Amino acid sequence: MADQKEILSGLAEIVNEVAGVPVDSVQLDKAFTDDLDIDSLSMVEVVVAAEEKFGVKIPDDDVKDLRTVGDAVTYIAQAGA
Amino acid sequence: MSATPRSDAQTVVITGLGATTPVGGDVASTWDGLLAGRSGVRSLTEEWASELPVQFAARVAVDPGDVLDRVEARKLDRTQQLALIAAREAWSDAGSPDVDRERLGVSIATGIGGALTLLGQWDIYRESGPRRVSPHTIPMLMPNGPAAVVGLEISARAGVHTPVSACASGAEAVAQGLAMIRGGRADMVVVGGTEACIHPLPLAAFAAMRALSKRNDDPAGASRPWDTGRDGFVFGEGAAVLVIETAEHAKARGAKIYGEVAGAGITADGHHIAQPDPEGKGATRAMRIALADAGAEPTDVVHINAHGTSTPLGDLAEALAIRTALGDAAAQVAVTSTKSMTGHLLGAAGAVESLACVMALHDQLVPPTINLENLDPEVQLDIVAGQARKLADDRFPGAVALNNSFGFGGHNVALAFRSYP
Repeated sequence: MADQKEILSGLAEIVNEVAGVPVDSVQLDKAFTDDLDIDSLSMVEVVVAAEEKFGVKIPDDDVKDLRTVGDAVTYIAQAGA
Repeated sequence: MSATPRSDAQTVVITGLGATTPVGGDVASTWDGLLAGRSGVRSLTEEWASELPVQFAARVAVDPGDVLDRVEARKLDRTQQLALIAAREAWSDAGSPDVDRERLGVSIATGIGGALTLLGQWDIYRESGPRRVSPHTIPMLMPNGPAAVVGLEISARAGVHTPVSACASGAEAVAQGLAMIRGGRADMVVVGGTEACIHPLPLAAFAAMRALSKRNDDPAGASRPWDTGRDGFVFGEGAAVLVIETAEHAKARGAKIYGEVAGAGITADGHHIAQPDPEGKGATRAMRIALADAGAEPTDVVHINAHGTSTPLGDLAEALAIRTALGDAAAQVAVTSTKSMTGHLLGAAGAVESLACVMALHDQLVPPTINLENLDPEVQLDIVAGQARKLADDRFPGAVALNNSFGFGGHNVALAFRSYP
């Protein structure tokens, strides 16, 4: 079971791979769209990669609530990572 | 010179060039390679090639992955990558002008579109299921994807087009750009073609048509237009882009001018889906229409960059069409096929060869047709065999070069370029 720090670090690797954002810039308070410039198509890639990496399910209806990196880390932690 | 000069507002000129081809990663290296008679055809070393009847192709000399940023490249099909590289070079060559974006257009063709993406994502689907299919698949595989990416790059808003007419597509894209400017829709259009589908399925499919050369023991010698030993075309990839605008627009911004896009002729054979009309009637009409559109006579033509794909039937039909279209003047024309070096770039061919025509007039040098050892006696044209040839000064100014492109489906496009001024 991954802790929040490990989830953040794993998510940062995914965001870096998908969108080229430096790993250090992927912080809990950053918004995917406004701060990290991740468009809706790239967000789909991030979600699918996160599901695979952390062994969780993130339904499309829940994705719209994941505004910031912190939202995603919390969601993944609660979903049983 | 017999042409009635058009006004600067009606004259369309070329002010920027870009390319990435099997012969070179940019215009300078491509043009040097063509003049030097360098072949870009190589054996395919991939494991899958061993079971194919054709085991060679003409890959781009510089891989797009070595040029583009990784994150940018992963959202682009290879056709888009090559188009973007060529367009950036052409736009920069044109001076990256600050022009009215609502008067700036794009016309970038492809023959096949994002086949590598379609086939690659199908592999992912079958191996890992539908959820792993990339959300970028559709923007990558759609045939208008390369034009759209180039349009986004330069914020072109006068209209972004993708003519699709198989191996005539690249030339049709140039004609479309010319029509946009003459029709008053744009002051400036970025035109060209791109293709990238070297993969076992398209190779097997073209081989199944018996369209490809099978000279596996001599890849560099496989593309041999008009040679008695020709046995089909060589599959290639690449892109070329030209920036065109009215002479008035070019002069107002102090742009350098390479030459004039003087005319275009587009016809259809109405004969067969894949065989050329053996009499080349549609091709003949295309050349005549292009010359009339350019206000030029057959005696103005100094050079033809032929379609010349190295197929047994097509090369002879085109030779007949050239002789018919130009009559006695055909004997005074330096004819070449740069496909002998680049292979056949399908939807990019007409764009790469337009660029070669423009450079030939600009430098007064015609690139050679390589591998021409025994000229087919039925050709009866002055082919520039083996070595580049200087074009005589007394044919300039006002010298015209034609570029022919023909595609499966019976599409014929002839473009007329003129030296400038």
